[in-house]
Amino acid sequence: MTKKIFDHLNIANHCRQCDLPLWQCPSFLIVLTGLVTVVAMIGTYFIAIKYTEPEIVALIVIIITGFLTIINYLIIQGFEKLAEANRLKTEFVSIASHQLRTPLTGIKWTINLMMHKQSDQFTKEQLKRLKNIEQSNQRMIDLVNDLLNVSRIEQKRLGLKSKTISLEKTLKEILPEYDVLAKATHTKISLDIKKKLPLIVVDPQGIQLVIHNLIDNAIRYNKPKGQIKIRLSKKPGFVRCEIEDQGVGIPDQDKKNIFQKFFRCRNALKYQTEGTGLGLFIAKAIIDASKGKINFRSQEGQGSTFWFELPINKKQKTKNKKHLF
Amino acid sequence: MKIILFIEDEPNLQKLVGRFLEEEGYRAISALNGEIGLQLTKKMKPDLILLDLITPKKDGFEVLQELKKDEATKDIPVIILTNLEGSADVEKALSLGATTYLVKANYELNEVVKKIKDTLKHSSKPKE
Ligand SMILES: Nc1ncnc2c1ncn2[C@@H]1O[C@H](COP(=O)(O)OP(=O)(O)OP(=O)(O)O)[C@@H](O)[C@H]1O
Ligand SMILES: [Mg+2]
Repeated sequence: MTKKIFDHLNIANHCRQCDLPLWQCPSFLIVLTGLVTVVAMIGTYFIAIKYTEPEIVALIVIIITGFLTIINYLIIQGFEKLAEANRLKTEFVSIASHQLRTPLTGIKWTINLMMHKQSDQFTKEQLKRLKNIEQSNQRMIDLVNDLLNVSRIEQKRLGLKSKTISLEKTLKEILPEYDVLAKATHTKISLDIKKKLPLIVVDPQGIQLVIHNLIDNAIRYNKPKGQIKIRLSKKPGFVRCEIEDQGVGIPDQDKKNIFQKFFRCRNALKYQTEGTGLGLFIAKAIIDASKGKINFRSQEGQGSTFWFELPINKKQKTKNKKHLF
Repeated sequence: MKIILFIEDEPNLQKLVGRFLEEEGYRAISALNGEIGLQLTKKMKPDLILLDLITPKKDGFEVLQELKKDEATKDIPVIILTNLEGSADVEKALSLGATTYLVKANYELNEVVKKIKDTLKHSSKPKE
C-alpha cells in the first residue's frame, strides 16, 4: 500500500514512463503550480507587511499570475501531446495490422492451393506439417483481426448497425461450427430456449463475434469432458443469453479485470497458453455500443457463467439503419 | 468456359487465385492495376470480376464506378476481394453496385470459389 503511494508520488518516474520531459509533463507541472502559488502567497503576505504600497503588491500579483498562466499553458500542451501520442499509437496498430494481412493471405492461400489441389504430391507427414503452418497462420490472422477491432473500438469507429434479428436463429447458425471442436475436446454443448423470444436490435456481425468469443472461452477454459449450457430467456425489455461452463473458473482477485484489454487470469494460463486477452474486451465494447449489458459470475474451480442482455425491438416492424458511432 | 478477371496488384495473390480458378475449370485473367483492368474488361468481357480496392493507377472504387456507368459492363457482377475493412468502405462499395464484399484474409480459396459460383448462378446473364 505505502509502496503504491510512493510510486504515485514519484513524478520523475511517471514522466519518464509517459515519455515526456519534465517541463512538458502534466503531473510535474501541476505540483509546480501548487508550489509557486503557496510560495507566492506567503511572499506577498510578507512583502505587503514590509512595504505597504499597494502598487508593488499588485505588480507582484500580476507577475505571478503571468507565470502561472505560462505553466498552465504548458500543462495543456502536455496533455495534448499525450492524447496525440495515443491517437498515433492506435493509428499505427491499425495500419500495421492492415499491412500484415496481405502476406498472411499469401501464406493462407498458398496452403489452400497445396492442400486442396496438389495434396497427392505430398506425404502424410508433409500434409501434417502443412496443417500446422495453416493453424499458426490462422492464429496470426485472428490476432490481426482482434487488433483491428481494438483500434476501431479506441477510435470509436466500430461502425455497428442496428438491425432487428433473432438471437435464437443467430445461435443456431453458429453452433454447428463448433461440432468439430466440441467433439475433439469431448465437450457437450446444449441449447435451452424457454419460449418464443422477441426480436432484438443489434449489429448482426457484432453479435456473432460476441457469441463466438464467449463460446470459444467456454470451450477453452472448460474441464475435460465438461458441459456447456447455453440458455436464452426473456427479461423486461431485454433478451438474455447465458453461457455456462464447468471449467477452471475465475479467481476472485481477477474478477474486476476480466474485461480489460490484454488481461488473462493466471489460473487459465496453466490450462490454455493460447490467447491474447482481447476476446472479452471486444465483446464488451460491442454489447455496450448496442445498449446491452454483459457480465459473469464464477467460482474458481467450479465454472463460469457469462451472460449478456440485448434490448428488444419495440417497434417490431420499422427498420432503422442508424450508425451507433 | 467462364472468364474471371482478377484486378489485384499483388502478383503472388494473383497467381494463387489464377491457379486455383483454373483447377476449378474457369479461365482466369488478371490485371495488375485498375486501368488495365478496365481495358481487359472491354476486350475480354469477363463473366465476373474480382476487384481489390487498393490498386495502382485507378483504385477499386473508381474502377467499380466506371464499370457500373458503362452499359456494356454494368451487368458484370463484381466481387470486392480486399484486405481493406472499414464499415464505410463496405457500404460505399455495395452502394456503388458491388455484389459482395470479402476480406481476403478471412476467406479460404475454396470459399472464394463458392462465392463466385453462387454469384454466377444468381446473376442474370444477358450476353452469350
Ligand atoms: N469461461 C471462462 N472460464 C474461465 N476463465 C475465463 C473464461 N472466459 C474468460 N476467462 C478468463 O478471462 C481471460 C480473458 O478472456 P478473453 O477472451 O478476453 O481472452 P483470451 O481468451 O485469453 O484470448 P482471446 O483474445 O484469444 O480470446 C482469459 O484469459 C481467462 O483467463
Ligand atoms: Mg477468449
